[in-house]
Amino acid sequence: MPEAQAQKSAQIPVTVLTGYLGSGKTTLLNRILSEDHGKRYAVIVNEFGEIGIDNDLIVESDEEIYEMNNGCICCTVRGDLVRTVEGLMRRPGRFDAILVETTGLADPAPVAQTFFMDEDVRSKTRLDAVVALVDAKHLPLRLKDSHEAEDQIAFADVIVLNKTDLVSADELAAVEATVRAINPAARIHKAERSGVPLGEVLDRGAFDLKRALESDPHFLDADEHDHDHHGHDHHHGEASPIHDVSVRSISLRADEMDPRKFFPWIEKTTQMDGPNILRLKGIIALKGDDERYVVQGVHMILEGDHQRPWKDGEKRESRLVFIGRDLDEERLRRTFEACKA
Amino acid sequence: MPTVAPLDLSGHCIAACWIADVPHFALADGTVHRLDHGHKSVEAHDGLLAAVPSLDGRVLLTAGEDGKVQAISPAGEVSLLSEVPRKWVHAVTAGPQATVAWASGRNAYVRLADGTVREFQHQRTAEGVAFAPKGLRIAVARYNGATLHFPAAAGKPTELEWAGAHMMVTFSPDGQFLVTAMQENALHGWKLADGKHMRMSGYPAKVKSLSWGPKGRWLASSGAPAAIVWPFQSKDGPMGKAPLELGTRGDSMATAVAFHPGDEVVAIGYADGMVLAARCADQKEVLLRRPGKGAVGTLAWDPTGQRLAFGSDAGDCGVIDITG
Repeated sequence: MPEAQAQKSAQIPVTVLTGYLGSGKTTLLNRILSEDHGKRYAVIVNEFGEIGIDNDLIVESDEEIYEMNNGCICCTVRGDLVRTVEGLMRRPGRFDAILVETTGLADPAPVAQTFFMDEDVRSKTRLDAVVALVDAKHLPLRLKDSHEAEDQIAFADVIVLNKTDLVSADELAAVEATVRAINPAARIHKAERSGVPLGEVLDRGAFDLKRALESDPHFLDADEHDHDHHGHDHHHGEASPIHDVSVRSISLRADEMDPRKFFPWIEKTTQMDGPNILRLKGIIALKGDDERYVVQGVHMILEGDHQRPWKDGEKRESRLVFIGRDLDEERLRRTFEACKA
Repeated sequence: MPTVAPLDLSGHCIAACWIADVPHFALADGTVHRLDHGHKSVEAHDGLLAAVPSLDGRVLLTAGEDGKVQAISPAGEVSLLSEVPRKWVHAVTAGPQATVAWASGRNAYVRLADGTVREFQHQRTAEGVAFAPKGLRIAVARYNGATLHFPAAAGKPTELEWAGAHMMVTFSPDGQFLVTAMQENALHGWKLADGKHMRMSGYPAKVKSLSWGPKGRWLASSGAPAAIVWPFQSKDGPMGKAPLELGTRGDSMATAVAFHPGDEVVAIGYADGMVLAARCADQKEVLLRRPGKGAVGTLAWDPTGQRLAFGSDAGDCGVIDITG
């Protein structure tokens, strides 16, 4: 274990910035690069845009999706990232972290999968978080246009709801409810001109099982949280107030699980429904186990580990969220509940 | 007993090779070091991505993050062959009649001996380039296959299709076969006469190093805890035959392979820095270098096959003299 941890700390963190053209990605990128935090970044962009990015180490790469010969979408990676990250990591002394800016049309899944599926990339870097910038004014239009805007929200760990000064309070509430309906597990920050505290965007450890689900009080509690504050306008499970949304989330909850049933079930479910699952996250209370077990997944890629001991008085409850398309809620709920101890 | 003359450099060694009988070590930071009556070095790039000797062994060809393709003489003089500002040039290779080919983004380029450069555009990234041994022909590894061009003549390219991403490419020395290393843990091959496919899979890791044996009778590859050596003696290549596994280790992956120029012996470098030589005929092994600081990423025999240059990703490089 000490060796594994030593290796982990040597891995360079990677933050992925997604969002449509005009959502404020470049503004956020330039803030990250210019603010005084003592960290040096290597930046990978799709193209040198009209707004200059002020950084010493910036690499342009064509977004290029590589599917494997086996046709499995979960093995799909971004070829340009494999090549560029490998190249950058041969001269590691130059930077402390990597920022990847994607275009508005990018599918975020292959970006994330690159950091899990490609052994060379995985051994040297770790995905820290996927950050989606959402233009509060134009989101309804974007959702009508394309799947990508929705996928980027569904996939994100952190969502910056930007340009809030350009919409009314009612419009903002509707957009936020839509974002929340697509992705109840992400942390949402409202901002004008990408003015989100950088600590909320960087070093999130969103894919670190020890940290991911600890650091975010909203995690899997979106419904409760919303009920506390403005429960009147948002009910769990209700469709988003903006239509044109095909991604939905399914939140499951139960008491302690039987590990002999739960593990085969989650493996089978991710195998079977993997192509439709964009993200999954969960905290599982296993019968006879004094530690919280956390799981997270991207399509068919599933990772799980013990996180920490259950605290005294903490309710031993299992919670699992699936975010995806065409998921059979009834079957997921029924089979999940069948794993109860 | 083999003797090792170490050369400890700081930085990832991209390529070790021999230029005019002098060992050269091209590092990722853009410096090229050589052991020519003492340690000398020259700055060739702001970030070097690939390096390869010319076919006559008189010039080192390099490509970099600075968009440049350079030629370095034995005296360390650097001359610019091409520059595409702000684009990484991620592959370079040498061809017959003093030709050079390189890849940047979706384009492959061929520079003819008279200095003219021809550009070949592709729909997807040109990941790797290789020259055929004869007839001025190049192969470009790309997503879903490989493309063959004749740089000296007009005409449509030949497309070889196979699903998946092809990253490296090499012709067999007799020009009969084309082999690619893929993003998935496999090689793919085509028999060029009839386009017949050859699937070479089962590797636990990506194949990053390939080397043809004398007369093209074998193809050695990295990507496993041994050198995987495919038999290419028959007219259908390795189809239906099992590869040799040479230098099998329980605890480390083979990361670089280089066939001896005259004998059917493969030098094998490992992730822990060890270097072995193993013979095809009886699979006998000789230890050439004990484990070091980094994974051996590059190996090169001198033309006589007496000395082996090696380079690691941690910068511990050197020359092994097998005659002792």
